[in-house]
Amino acid sequence: MLVELFFVFFIIGAVSFGGGYAMIPVIEAEAEGRGWLTTSEFTNVIAVAGMSPGPIATNSATVVGYHVAGIAGAVVSATAMTLPSFLTIFIIASVYNKFSQHSLIKAAFYGLRPAVASLIIYAAIKFAASNGIFTWNISAEAALTVFLFLLSLAALMYFRLHPALVLILSGIAGVFLFY
Amino acid sequence: MKTNWKLCLLIFWEFFKIGPVTFGGGYAVIPMIEHQMVRKKNWLSREEATDVFALAGSVPGAVAINSAMFIGQRLAGVFGAVAAMTGMMFPTFLFVMILSILFYVFQGNPYVEAAFIGIRPAIVALIVYAGIRIYRTAVFDKSTMTIAVMLLLALLIIHFHPLAVILCGGLAGISIMIMKKKLGLAVNLEKKQPKAKKEGGLDRAG
Repeated sequence: MLVELFFVFFIIGAVSFGGGYAMIPVIEAEAEGRGWLTTSEFTNVIAVAGMSPGPIATNSATVVGYHVAGIAGAVVSATAMTLPSFLTIFIIASVYNKFSQHSLIKAAFYGLRPAVASLIIYAAIKFAASNGIFTWNISAEAALTVFLFLLSLAALMYFRLHPALVLILSGIAGVFLFY
Repeated sequence: MKTNWKLCLLIFWEFFKIGPVTFGGGYAVIPMIEHQMVRKKNWLSREEATDVFALAGSVPGAVAINSAMFIGQRLAGVFGAVAAMTGMMFPTFLFVMILSILFYVFQGNPYVEAAFIGIRPAIVALIVYAGIRIYRTAVFDKSTMTIAVMLLLALLIIHFHPLAVILCGGLAGISIMIMKKKLGLAVNLEKKQPKAKKEGGLDRAG
């Protein structure tokens, strides 16, 4: 199991371009495909990862690793996720600052950025669907869920609240609204 | 190169202090790293720091950890990089571990359950917001628009594997550049930034 965790997160670590959020659907596809987690458990993983300091992709890997194989799983997953960057940095250290100016690298990023955008939008649609944001169900709980979503989005976009703070506040709201 | 253990320890400590403030993704930490490394410690020049951040964004992985590893490597070789990485990751790793343990201990608790029902729509908002931010910088012409739309449809309709999407994106970028060069078209690979906003790549989505 630890070997499988290492292998999966090593590969994900090697393709983590463009900020951690793009890795959410990648981690989800692997973790659910292998039967490690269900979709609703995965949402909890993202909640825990998002409330912690540090990169969300590495944090998610840590939580998934913990869920699958305890503390050893968490250590293996976080290490596997960082190892590809570590190795790449040593290869690149020899070419140093010409690397990011190379036209091939720039061209690859020209295509990678919209790919990453599509991944994040996909994750957003999937999460919205599995968490009752798109719903015809007219109940108090469904309405509150949509309301909390809009409120959180406004807090992030217009009031520039810190993501972790938004999660904590909505958790508190959850206790009052849904308990 | 003889390993300077004292320097490694110092590197570890510097990044250990930065690690816990890395709430909410790497790009928020960059000004922090710059402040500590350039102004406080004099370990890097301003230009070197800009290069490090550009480079850290073009290799896989989290920008904050990558920057730390690059700086550690420059200062003290392999062990410097290891020191920077562990310093950066250790506090956050502990935090995530403790939070995970607490979560699994209190999972059945009705208060915790209610809190997580409240957190779920906020998670969706977080991801939507990340999507909007990266979309604004990534999609700026017809080719990038085509890549984004095609790949999104591939994900939604034919359930393309997310790993394949990343690979396709990189390859598409390279092919488009080669094609444009062959056709003699102007090649513009980055969104033109308004002059006032030039804060060393800070505007990229984290």
